[in-house]
Amino acid sequence: MTDQTQSVPQTRLSATRLAGVLAFLVAVFVLVPAFIALTGRWDFYYTLTSVALLSVAAAGVWLTFYIGRINIGQGAYALTGGYVSAILITQYGVSFWLTLPLAGIFCALVSVGIGLPILRLRGVYFAMVTLVLTEVARLTALALPVTNGAKGITSIPLPGELSILGLTIIPDFATLANPKLAFYLMAAVLMVVTYLVLWRIVNSRLGHLCRSLQQNEELSASIGVNTAMLRVLAYAISSFFGGLAGAIFVAISQSIYPSSFVVQDSVNFMLYCFLGGLGYVFGPMLGTLLLYFGWDLLSVAKQYQLLIYSGALIALMLVLPNGVLSLLDRKGGRK
Amino acid sequence: MEQILANGLYLGAQYALIALGLTLIFSLMNVLNFAHGQMYVFGGFVTYTVVAQLGLPFIVGLVASAIVLAVMGALIEKFLFRPVIRRSKRDESTMLLAAGIAFFLDALILLLFGEKQRGVPKIVNGVFNWDMRLIMPYDRILIAMLAVALIVGFILFMQYSRTGRAMRALAQDRMAAQLMGVDVDRYSMIGFALGAMLAGLVGGLLVTITGINLGMGGPTSVKAFLMIMIGGAGVISGAIAGGFILGMMESIGLTLLAAYGDVTYLVIFVTLMIFLAIRPQGLMGKPWG
Repeated sequence: MTDQTQSVPQTRLSATRLAGVLAFLVAVFVLVPAFIALTGRWDFYYTLTSVALLSVAAAGVWLTFYIGRINIGQGAYALTGGYVSAILITQYGVSFWLTLPLAGIFCALVSVGIGLPILRLRGVYFAMVTLVLTEVARLTALALPVTNGAKGITSIPLPGELSILGLTIIPDFATLANPKLAFYLMAAVLMVVTYLVLWRIVNSRLGHLCRSLQQNEELSASIGVNTAMLRVLAYAISSFFGGLAGAIFVAISQSIYPSSFVVQDSVNFMLYCFLGGLGYVFGPMLGTLLLYFGWDLLSVAKQYQLLIYSGALIALMLVLPNGVLSLLDRKGGRK
Repeated sequence: MEQILANGLYLGAQYALIALGLTLIFSLMNVLNFAHGQMYVFGGFVTYTVVAQLGLPFIVGLVASAIVLAVMGALIEKFLFRPVIRRSKRDESTMLLAAGIAFFLDALILLLFGEKQRGVPKIVNGVFNWDMRLIMPYDRILIAMLAVALIVGFILFMQYSRTGRAMRALAQDRMAAQLMGVDVDRYSMIGFALGAMLAGLVGGLLVTITGINLGMGGPTSVKAFLMIMIGGAGVISGAIAGGFILGMMESIGLTLLAAYGDVTYLVIFVTLMIFLAIRPQGLMGKPWG
């Protein structure tokens, strides 16, 4: 278990770390838009926006990994969040910006109710139940009248203006010349904030307690850690991220169907975390970028796309079974 | 009523056979085989190719499915799972590998067999009819019988053969089995091959009735997960029980809940989650085995 303690990022912000974060921010907010404007590949905005949002949901999955649970049910919360946002906007005329936290909070509350019984499960049992949960969400969306069944909810308006005391903070998306850029910036900001929160959680007292759960639940319970509460709390935060990502996805595609998030998506969220490396806060972000962007680039291979993609996935797993970021481990060992 | 029970038994026999393969792999290697549904589809396509395209008898197709899948399973274990299990820090890493293999098999099936729905002609004609109370085509009865025979054969094999005993020892305690001189690597490989073979056999059996298509892999895996959760993961009797219970629930649910639309599976899932909240290890599983 020493490797896990090693890989925990230091709380102290060293100069190199700060430089790295700055470089990352510059890359996301300046270099990427500049690159796209230069090359004219506007379709990259959609891909990168998806990457940013998927990595927000994957951050949630990562947090459940952090307490030692394999979560293959994030699709359920993304779907729930999406529906909450869509229904509030279309039927009650609530502003999109208000539905965003509401979708997250709704998912967190639902996950507390579901998590209390199922978080007692461990290992593959928990994994399989969460997998089933995705199916439950899809079937519920099909069966409920408020979700409009298989027809889904369509033509949802773009996010409106957000202003405080008459001061416009975010302009109406419908009036923008380039809503793609706006969506990209919104998703990127959300991603940065999410990972900041995640990083803060991991380095807080809560994070240390979560790590104790990951290593030995009985032992940490025996020294007085409230494991049941902690598990549910981590799961609720995780679901909050899922709902948030789902709600923004709905705003981008302006529609939602029961099949918007299926088992495949839930499995993908898990893969993103694995691929990036479970010992690193930024693992899921890197995993999402590599897998989703790689998949997108591979579309030139036409019918061999899935073959190459899955072959690469298997090869990567053989070479780096502990995730891409475990390359950093090796470097640390040589010192 | 008789009809519902017969349908349930028919479904249950197939389901149990799928679940057996999955639970065998899980008990031996602690691997949740995401690719199980894809292996089932692959087996179906092999039988289809042999029977419908080459014109050989059905039994040859079935044997071909079994052999192809057993070889595939053995190779997957030897060259993919074994190195990853040895080198990864967390057990769960195998899940990524299994999911990758599921994608890979999907791609392979798409390239080799195409995306069309395929089926082979009926192997026996005629319908069994008992006073209109119980109607069942003969080929379904035959397939159910074959499935039951395979299950019985599998249990006998696990119970009395040397290989079966070695695998049971491995499932119980890997370390102890190794100390007693069981060749762990060899029997893991045989176990994986056997599990894959069972999936292929079910595919071969069902291609005569429901046909087979590319999209069936994922949902089949989910169903197989359900069954081994009901019965308890890694327990052979549990997998059989889980298979028959799910078959019955589906059969009864489809009849009773037909009036409320397509909610059978929703009800099954919710029931299962409540059941697992009360008994997390399933019917016969060991707690956190």
